[in-house]
Amino acid sequence: MHYKRVIPCMDVDNGRVVKGTKFIDIRDAGDPVELAAHYDAQGADELIFLDITATSDKRATVVELARRAADDVFVPFTIGGGVRQVQDAHDVLDAGADKVSINSAALARPELIDELATVFGAQCVVLAIDAKRRPDGSYEAFVAGGRTPTGKDAVEWAKEGVERGAGEILLTSMDRDGTKDGYELTLTQRISQGVDVPVIASGGVGEPQHLIDGLAAGADAVLAASIFHYGSHTIPEVKDALRNAGFPMRPISARA
Amino acid sequence: MIAIADYGMGNRRSVEKALAHVGAESVITTDVRDASAIILPGVGAFPEAMRHLERSGLGEQLKERAAAGVPLLGICLGMQLLFESSTEHEGAEGLGILPGTVTKLESPRLPHIGWNLVTFARESALTEGLGEAAPFYHVHSFACRPSDASDVVGTSEYGERFVSVVERDNVMAAQFHPEKSSTDGLQMLKNFAALAAVPVA
Repeated sequence: MHYKRVIPCMDVDNGRVVKGTKFIDIRDAGDPVELAAHYDAQGADELIFLDITATSDKRATVVELARRAADDVFVPFTIGGGVRQVQDAHDVLDAGADKVSINSAALARPELIDELATVFGAQCVVLAIDAKRRPDGSYEAFVAGGRTPTGKDAVEWAKEGVERGAGEILLTSMDRDGTKDGYELTLTQRISQGVDVPVIASGGVGEPQHLIDGLAAGADAVLAASIFHYGSHTIPEVKDALRNAGFPMRPISARA
Repeated sequence: MIAIADYGMGNRRSVEKALAHVGAESVITTDVRDASAIILPGVGAFPEAMRHLERSGLGEQLKERAAAGVPLLGICLGMQLLFESSTEHEGAEGLGILPGTVTKLESPRLPHIGWNLVTFARESALTEGLGEAAPFYHVHSFACRPSDASDVVGTSEYGERFVSVVERDNVMAAQFHPEKSSTDGLQMLKNFAALAAVPVA
């Protein structure tokens, strides 16, 4: 029985969880590790921390975040932001993270994916893609929180990333992020069909039905942030909804 | 004190923190001779891990302590290393503490990553309180093939049904990561810590 996954995501700025609407208008949703431990207890299958602190050297802060998370979180977690080379990934994984997520560093130098996969294995390497719809209906990878186009077709970039050794794709629709209108399902579908590694759908969740739609579109895991952070829906609630829709969900034991 | 065997590979810190969470003291060390119980963690490739174990002398210590009756828990690659040999990469001899071999998982898609249900074939010290089945987080491409069926405690299904928990007297092992398997995984580590007779909260 392979279970589909529900993954709360914490965007972290200067050590605090934030969730912006389209990455602007950032609000504070608390301490990332406290929140993460709470989600673990509630039945989150994995957790993702994305450090969005706007400093040039984020390596020390993400390593510290990984160390703190490893103290209190006992489900797999991924750290993104600040990983630019093999040594950065080594430090984050050694601190207790299970995977690293890379985005702009991989677009700037795609060989980084090969290097990380060779040293740590594909299961440790998550390629994050922030995609925006083009007028012709295709999708383009963006960097800098959706501000800077790269000229790379998102589907082609996902395929290249997997060929180079990415073990998973974290796919965020920049058009939907923060809107609560649901995932960009055409994008989810195209990428899921284009690669043979798990795709994590991200960007736009406002209600449990959106998570059902994401899995139905081919995602292996569904990510959400603000619906959990602001308590509009709990993890047990969305997992019940997914289970009722026919998706296999990990049973949660009542053991403390 | 539980010794977490340090041979330069794997999730040592995660194991240490999970043990601390269940109230068990542990130390990450290259010398396990004085430990009341030993955990052999591991992430990576079998032949390289064996080279590390042999070069450091840890391999001999583990065999000697296991024979002396000290509780020993192998996790993930640490489970595989307890067996006699593996076909990974160029192939290598293992520690030979448990009878059997390690071969590639028969599945169309590898590695096997994610939460999977482990069904328990019999009761054991390690799985006490976990019921008949529980979900655990797996990350691996190879699986152990114990030659003594009575060592098998739990199995998982991914492409094929494979052995994911073994126990033979004081030697036990899990193919998945209890330290990353939330409450059920913590329960398993708590059970092991109880065997080690170290204080458990």
